[in-house]
Amino acid sequence: MSIEEGFIDKSIKKHGNFLIPILQDIQENYKYLSEEFLIQVAEKLQIPLIDVYGVATFYQSFSLVPKGEHIIIVCLGTACYIRGGKKIVDVLTSELDIEPGETTEDKKFSLETVNCLGCCAIGPIVLIDGEYYGEMTPQKIIKLIKTLKREKK
Amino acid sequence: MIKLHSIKEFEELSKKIIENHDSKKHIISLSSGTCGHASGSIKVEDALKQAINGYEDVIDLKLTGCHGFCAAEPNIIIFPEKIFYKNLKPEDAPNIIQSILKGEIIDNLVISENGTKYNHVNEIPFYKLQKRILTGNNPLIDPTNIEDYIAIGGYKALVKALSMHPQEITEEIKKSGLRGRGGAGFPTGIKWEIASKQKSDVKYIICNADEGDPGAYMDRNLLEGNPQLIIEGMIIGAYAIGANKGWVYVRDEYPLAVENVTINIKQAREMGFLGKNILNTGFDFDIEITRGAGAFVCGEETALIHSIEGKRGNPSQRPPFPAQIGLFGKPTNINNVETWANVPKIIENGADWYANIGTETSKGTKIFSLVGKVKNTGLVEVPMGITIQEIVYDIGCGTPNGKIIKAIQTGGPSGGCIPQDHFNLPIDYESLKQAGSIMGSGGMIVMDEDTCMVDFARYFTNFLQAESCGKCSSCREGTQRMFEILTDITEGKANDASIELLEELAYVIKETSLCGLGQTAPNPVLSTIKYFKKEYIAHIKDKKCPAGVCRALILYKVDQEKCTGCGVCKINCPEGAIIGELKQPHLINQDKCIKCGICWDNCKFDSIIHEI
Amino acid sequence: MPKIKIDGIEFDCPEHWTILDAAKFLGINIPTLCYHEGLSVWGGCRLCIVEIGDDENTKLVSSCTFPVQEGLFIRTASQKVIKARKMILELLIAQNPTSKVLQDLASKFGLKQIRFKPKWESCIYCGLCIRMCEEQMMAKAIGFVNRGNKLKITTPFDKNSEDCRRCGGCMYICPACTLRCEGSHPESVLCNGCYNALQPTCLDVYDNYTCWMGLKGDCGTCVNTLSNQKINHKKEL
Repeated sequence: MSIEEGFIDKSIKKHGNFLIPILQDIQENYKYLSEEFLIQVAEKLQIPLIDVYGVATFYQSFSLVPKGEHIIIVCLGTACYIRGGKKIVDVLTSELDIEPGETTEDKKFSLETVNCLGCCAIGPIVLIDGEYYGEMTPQKIIKLIKTLKREKK
Repeated sequence: MIKLHSIKEFEELSKKIIENHDSKKHIISLSSGTCGHASGSIKVEDALKQAINGYEDVIDLKLTGCHGFCAAEPNIIIFPEKIFYKNLKPEDAPNIIQSILKGEIIDNLVISENGTKYNHVNEIPFYKLQKRILTGNNPLIDPTNIEDYIAIGGYKALVKALSMHPQEITEEIKKSGLRGRGGAGFPTGIKWEIASKQKSDVKYIICNADEGDPGAYMDRNLLEGNPQLIIEGMIIGAYAIGANKGWVYVRDEYPLAVENVTINIKQAREMGFLGKNILNTGFDFDIEITRGAGAFVCGEETALIHSIEGKRGNPSQRPPFPAQIGLFGKPTNINNVETWANVPKIIENGADWYANIGTETSKGTKIFSLVGKVKNTGLVEVPMGITIQEIVYDIGCGTPNGKIIKAIQTGGPSGGCIPQDHFNLPIDYESLKQAGSIMGSGGMIVMDEDTCMVDFARYFTNFLQAESCGKCSSCREGTQRMFEILTDITEGKANDASIELLEELAYVIKETSLCGLGQTAPNPVLSTIKYFKKEYIAHIKDKKCPAGVCRALILYKVDQEKCTGCGVCKINCPEGAIIGELKQPHLINQDKCIKCGICWDNCKFDSIIHEI
Repeated sequence: MPKIKIDGIEFDCPEHWTILDAAKFLGINIPTLCYHEGLSVWGGCRLCIVEIGDDENTKLVSSCTFPVQEGLFIRTASQKVIKARKMILELLIAQNPTSKVLQDLASKFGLKQIRFKPKWESCIYCGLCIRMCEEQMMAKAIGFVNRGNKLKITTPFDKNSEDCRRCGGCMYICPACTLRCEGSHPESVLCNGCYNALQPTCLDVYDNYTCWMGLKGDCGTCVNTLSNQKINHKKEL
């Protein structure tokens, strides 16, 4: 798949020749940065491909692989960690059979951790498809996942 | 949106807005920051809107930034009475409206501490000792409406500044004693002076809103709740330094903050506070917003600059400093969000007023995110010099569940812990440094007896080894090796020489790393060894984790005498590690057990033993 | 011309020189790994660190990147520097024990033990190959990818690169792969066998002192440096 005609130009018009905002636009629209996309960006911006690839792999918010249907982000900021955030990750790893950073084989779930969402007072926080869930417990998260698993497309 | 073409026009508009501000209506101010949303404030908002239907001439609903008392979310403050209602549910909405109309107070919605009820905001223990000069206006401002900011006196400081000489402004900031709130605490006035003395056709200023410390969200609050305060501060700073372009570099993980800042920059521009010939003074200045992309190291100034330039976030050695050679090679002044927020207050009220708050060396207030194992979690703004004891026990009201509070951690991954018996320490830059920690950006994590300090140090080291940019060998290899040693300790695999090796390694990483991330990376390790060596020794010599956290050193077992065989633990175990027939005592397969504790939480017959 | 004092030698330094430039000019040997005369400066290996400042608040900085300033006081092999260099080398050897360059440096520094588990990696991330590829060969086929504990040096997507001309420049400049250690015990991490140079033995007797000529303080060059009041005192005893 390629980036649609004119998308990068529109992004350059909005942000200037700044690489990171352009990659962010592509990530938001296409949900990931494929090899093809990065090659197109390098050509358009006249930057060496290794520079674009080096930037795309340095920053945590860029993903070079497609994400699953449901994106589960567990906050492992200090406050959430103290309140049991790690247990949530362990339980999810066990339930979904994937490590943080991976996607299930059926492409239904992606599990990620993030270092702080800024909701520290009501941790542990889990973000599922953009919706915040505070004061999560191992039991609550298993229930939520099981509900999502049962969901028909 | 009216475009203002002169100071006179602004003064007239300001007067008009302040006069028109109808104080006769009741205003329900609903805390609607990110943690409000995460606690369900949107459903409460819908319910309130429905309940107000028909009473719009008497009651208004205002969606504001966070009120700071996050443990009480969703919450509202009713003006003008300043009644505070906590932990609201949608079904409370009709009662609230009726109570306002009848002039009554709903008892079960007010804050109650130790049996005493507190109806009004200022009386609540959480707020009483605070000095909210930066955050106090949040409940009065709809952050998507610049007129609310003007209504509380906004932009008066800018007008005053534009009538001063740029050097005078820098002198005033120097005199106030303001120190950088991002963590290092460098005197802001001196930083501005260095930048203003550089001879260059182009200069830049940057607002560092990366806020990478996990557990800290003070800047998020300011950016979501009162972005114009920061914008005004930046305009004043740019004028003082001689910069014509500024950036706000916001963390990618703060979508609401990005949205609100974007709206406010646009409104400030439309009104004439940004752009060419601001208020007809001949001064040009504009601001652009740019987002981080998930890299803690980009909170470091030179790494941040590289990030804006579209490069990998590798820091550079200093000297030269950004004030000399910064963004695109030009002199650049970078300050933290909270630092910029203080600027309009100092200009408006004077350096002497500011210098009167705080201690001899640390002036003004500091916002802390009080989180972790404490009852009243939230954002507290306190005068420098207040003790840790007062923050944790008087404002935070101590432990939420009867456990013993063990220590606090300040400064995030660059900071250290301070144990309970040092809680009489005043909060200021020097005393925290002497105690082995740092002020940092303001994260204050409270830990209790259930927190393992070794695991805590390991957590930070794990964070740092992944966030290190990898450029210098001391930090890159050093953090990985510290993590290895700490992991061995938490798994009972360490030996007697481990602590000494850890300390030697920590010393070298501290002394030889290129940037602040590496130089402060050993702090969590060194401070936990300093104050909690006993826990380290217990892990190493006795192979035990006193707090019951380290998985390899704890066991969950079924008490064969007490177990009734109800099967609840077996059904809920995510690993399928529990075996047993109905009505027969069950057994946990230790090879499969991941120590999640779900069985322990669920057992109604007290049959699961948590062995430490 | 900023006046600096380096290992007791006063020197009027050309502007825009680094501490390393001054040391090389004076013949003072500072070990380096990621530095190469023909390539831009990186400052990542941290082996070239020196101690600056002559009061209680001294600092360790990388000499290849630090610009000279008026009044700069530098010691290139004080105790603090040697201790730090040994640990950095220990970390690097634990990463890549098979590099002869690192093994030689270990012998030279008298490094006797590696207390970390060897990773047996090939790369020490000095970045010389990247700079060689970009600056001398004008190809820019390889670069740093990922960060922190996942850092590596590779081509885009780990695939054969069209920009790579197979010139071999990266292999030529690499301190890790050019010379493999072929000592008698290839499986052990440290052999201390191949390089029998003088150790700074003065540090056993004196504090914060180094003499690259091996004269143990008798030439009088270092006698007047601040921290060496002790030497005079000891001599009198």
